[in-house]
Amino acid sequence: MNKEFRKQLTIDLATVVIGYLVLGLLIRSGVINAYSKGILLMVCINVILTVSLNITSGFLGELALGHAGFMAIGAYVSALFTKSLNLIPLVEFPVAILLGGIAALIAGYIVSIPALRLRGDYLAIITLAAGEIIRNLLKNLDIVGGTKGYTGIPNYTSFTWAYLIAVICILASKSLIASRHGRAIISIREDEIAAEASGIDTNRYKIIGFVFSAFFAGVGGALYAHYLRFLQPGIFTLDKSIEILVMVVLGGMGSIRGSVISATILTVLPELLRGFSDYRMLVYSLVLILMMLAKHNDQLRALFDKALSSFRRKEAAHE
Amino acid sequence: MSNVLEVRDLGINFGGLRAVDGLNIDVAPRQLYGLIGPNGAGKTTVFNMLTGVYEPSDGTIRLNGELLNGKKPHEIARMGISRTFQNIRLFRNLSVKENVLISLDTQVDYGLFSGIFKLPKSFKQEKAMEEEALELLKVFELDGYADTLACNLPYGKQRELEIVRALGTHPKLLLLDEPAAGMNPQETQNLMDAIQRLREKFAISVLLIEHDMKLVMGICEKITVINYGTLLACGTPQEIQNDPQVIKAYLGE
Repeated sequence: MNKEFRKQLTIDLATVVIGYLVLGLLIRSGVINAYSKGILLMVCINVILTVSLNITSGFLGELALGHAGFMAIGAYVSALFTKSLNLIPLVEFPVAILLGGIAALIAGYIVSIPALRLRGDYLAIITLAAGEIIRNLLKNLDIVGGTKGYTGIPNYTSFTWAYLIAVICILASKSLIASRHGRAIISIREDEIAAEASGIDTNRYKIIGFVFSAFFAGVGGALYAHYLRFLQPGIFTLDKSIEILVMVVLGGMGSIRGSVISATILTVLPELLRGFSDYRMLVYSLVLILMMLAKHNDQLRALFDKALSSFRRKEAAHE
Repeated sequence: MSNVLEVRDLGINFGGLRAVDGLNIDVAPRQLYGLIGPNGAGKTTVFNMLTGVYEPSDGTIRLNGELLNGKKPHEIARMGISRTFQNIRLFRNLSVKENVLISLDTQVDYGLFSGIFKLPKSFKQEKAMEEEALELLKVFELDGYADTLACNLPYGKQRELEIVRALGTHPKLLLLDEPAAGMNPQETQNLMDAIQRLREKFAISVLLIEHDMKLVMGICEKITVINYGTLLACGTPQEIQNDPQVIKAYLGE
């Protein structure tokens, strides 16, 4: 194994374990109350959704507006499974998550076929339509409650599950991007014609990107269903897709670390703004605009880079 | 010895326009072949047909005897025709090394599973790719720029990187579309030397489109001149330079 890779992996795993222990301890000791714990779960779920959307939007470079649709499929399929069967949660839940992911993956594959012929705005319309089709189908499915909503879903999404799966999603995405398949996906974003001329089967890699992204959207949906315990097609509108897209854009197209950070901030922020009551969404939008401006401000960026490089130097000096 | 590339009666229609008509090209192994003609003569269209971007309306294209008609661009790239573009098409936001790694993808076969779970096979192949990428970059002394973003390279270096990337697919035939465009005389001279060096080192044939007559006449062993999509003349540089029709249509008195 590559030495550098092993070092990176050790650092990553150590961060993951320490993060888990610290948060777990805070929950145990009651510092993080039930309300904050709910936010923490939503952070994990949004991280999964954002990172997975970043694969199609950031790395493959296609504007996809149907993420909420794939999430809905994962949510409903997994909920249907856990509600129909009564196995022990430890067996039932991972299977349900996996099934949710696979169902979304299949939907992602179906959508990717017409999507292969289109780019840019047209692809955005196709994915938007796909999301709406899924939502309207669910509205008319009586076994999952239709418009009335689907109730009585078991409360399986614990902090451990959400955290574990978010970590798996991040590591799998990072690993995909660092492989030859990831490079091929990025090459399509950079220049599709040149990628073809370099021997990259662009259709195949577009499908891989779409399907990978849809799978984790479904997984995120499954966690969401078993956290909320109530599903309604109205949750998975275009607004939801846009919300995830905003997280991707703010974190940076093609940056997994950025996605994690922005998903965290944008999940916590609306909760912090509750003090503004009626003006909450107004302030939220303002903060969003300010953050976007700050992100593209060269002076702020330089300041940030300087701080980061001095931190790195200190770190290097320690070694 | 049989030809690397055999093009017979090649033609293409764009609606009512006959852009290329009845063109024959034979490229021998290790031959440096020039394709010249006035602007709009259909040279790049020929390249696009050879690489599968356009499907010819009639005629055949064979690479070492294998029919290429109807094949997709990425399949043709894997079969052994590689190209550069008239207006540079690099993966601009990727490093110089990554640009080459993408075309070296044709040389490895580890699967998606192996890639995501980082199995030993993927490590071994990635390492070999990386070594070969640096080796290829040395052809144009670009190895010092390995971690520079492609868009930050000076113009001449970008053209060279495109050639290196094209070599990554291990081609039998290299198509260069105006490789010297925008280069100064010194850079053009270096490029001429480099093309000859490449041909020896990698034992490949080169088919190039170029308007710089010094380069074309200096290195090509055989030249085809086209005008309005049809053959005007074909022969050695001397024959072309003395052909009255070529002088009239393209070279000038």
